[in-house]
Amino acid sequence: MKIAFLAAAAIALTATGVTAEIVKPQDVAYVDGAVATSLTGTPGNAENGAVIMNKGAGNCIACHEVTALNHLPFHGEIGPMLDGVADRWSEAELRGIVANAKIMFEGSMMPSFYKTSGFTRLGDAYTGKAHPEGEVKPLLTAQEIEDVVAYLMTLKYD
Amino acid sequence: AACVAAGANAEPDTDQLVVNEEIEMITEAAAPAHTENLSTVYSGWRFRADETQALQMDDFENPAMIFVEAAAEVWSTADGTKGNSCASCHEDVESLRGVRAVYPKWNEAAGEVRTLEMQINDCRENQMGADKWKYTGGDMTNMTALISSVSRGMPVNVAIDGPAQSMWEQGKELYYTRTGQLELSCANCHEDSYGMMIRADHLSQGQINGFPTYRLKNTKLNSVHARFKGCVRDTRAETFKPGSADFVALELYVASRGNGLSVEGPSVRN
Ligand code: HEC
Ligand code: HEC
Ligand code: HEC
Repeated sequence: MKIAFLAAAAIALTATGVTAEIVKPQDVAYVDGAVATSLTGTPGNAENGAVIMNKGAGNCIACHEVTALNHLPFHGEIGPMLDGVADRWSEAELRGIVANAKIMFEGSMMPSFYKTSGFTRLGDAYTGKAHPEGEVKPLLTAQEIEDVVAYLMTLKYD
Repeated sequence: AACVAAGANAEPDTDQLVVNEEIEMITEAAAPAHTENLSTVYSGWRFRADETQALQMDDFENPAMIFVEAAAEVWSTADGTKGNSCASCHEDVESLRGVRAVYPKWNEAAGEVRTLEMQINDCRENQMGADKWKYTGGDMTNMTALISSVSRGMPVNVAIDGPAQSMWEQGKELYYTRTGQLELSCANCHEDSYGMMIRADHLSQGQINGFPTYRLKNTKLNSVHARFKGCVRDTRAETFKPGSADFVALELYVASRGNGLSVEGPSVRN
């Protein structure tokens, strides 16, 4: 009874903690292009990260080749191959690159996945129409960024 | 594993384009001086797969040719209050040989840079008393295909100086502006990354010497501005309107980047 109550309280705590702790795109603190703390406080899910690499607004393999995702067709060649990327970059650096690569790599062609302002002729997704007044959603949510970072952390040579 | 795109087909291939065993196309040329960041310009044909390339090598295989034939009929069909057809004034369409190669072009009397589409609509309205065609509509694109077809093989030679210059500058500005939520410019894909794969697409230099283009993807003729619109949309941006001054400027600029390549339209792409 007591244990069950504690467990429930813990879940409630994490739940409130999660909403309270989500860092908004405009509040992300970049230090030399890296972001030290999680955007959500909830560990990333690497499996979902792998899905985002291939789909939707992530679609990272449009530009990057990843050997571990060889079962998926058509990897692009615009950015570097991501094999071993976790050997080259720390988790904080990867978080910064995925959230806004243009801070780490000035003028990069890589889209800024966690950014909501400063665009020219912002459209409403792929409709070709102007973005309506109001809130702009980043390409990936805070948790999706964490999921992708968790996936990238699995890309090690050893 | 089979589908991972490797460097094998990254660069433009070395195939040569001869249409109907007769028209020798220049698909590779020294970049014009005003195309500062490229040393060589290539037709989009050079980046396509052999099977797609083959379709453009023979008019009997080229799916765009039925649209050219449709336009040839319209050419000599009277329309509008004045009872004229295109043929009433221009006789055989061959009389317009060379026109495609120099458009968009400054029109002194009108005081504006005109695309082929604008000129055709001007003739329809003022010379024929007929309704304008929709800028990217079927009638219009078919007619541009017919007019282009008689210039095939001639080098694109669009003028960018004199009164056209300010519009050319405007087009250049647009070409290098990163738009939409993906913040990509034409140059990001077609100047910095041509020859590379972006997902399943082999990026060309985005030249327009082949327009209008029959695309296997949508099985129809595609006009220049329709293509521009698609590319801008794909940056998650608000597009410009086909026929707008912005797209006319962009067309003038992009056309000039291909000066020296042969007019290929109607071409075949995927
Ligand atoms: C439109 C192209 C494009 C897309 C889409 C893209 N990237 Fe990139 N990425 C690049 C380029 C180009 C670089 C090289 C950095 C530079 O600009 O110099 C890069 C660099 C990186 C790096 C550093 C790699 C290294 O070895 O140094 C990582 C990590 C990365 N990208 C991850 C991602 C992830 C994850 C996604 C999707 C959520 C993604 N990228 C989507 C183009 C892209
Ligand atoms: C009553 C006469 C008349 C008719 C009908 C007519 N045009 Fe014209 N067209 C002209 C004149 C005049 C010019 C301007 C010639 C010039 O300035 O070189 C012109 C110019 C053009 C040009 C540009 C030629 C160049 O060298 O720049 C094109 C293309 C053209 N017409 C297409 C058409 C088409 C297509 C039709 C039918 C849909 C058509 N015209 C109907 C009289 C006509
Ligand atoms: C995100 C990448 C991307 C951007 C940005 C982009 N394009 Fe494209 N474009 C493509 C792809 C992919 C194709 C199809 C393959 C090819 O021909 O390159 C294409 C095709 C074209 C073609 C057809 C070429 C042919 O030979 O049929 C033209 C013209 C073109 N683009 C012009 C532009 C212009 C102008 C802009 C800027 C307004 C632009 N593109 C922006 C990706 C892009």
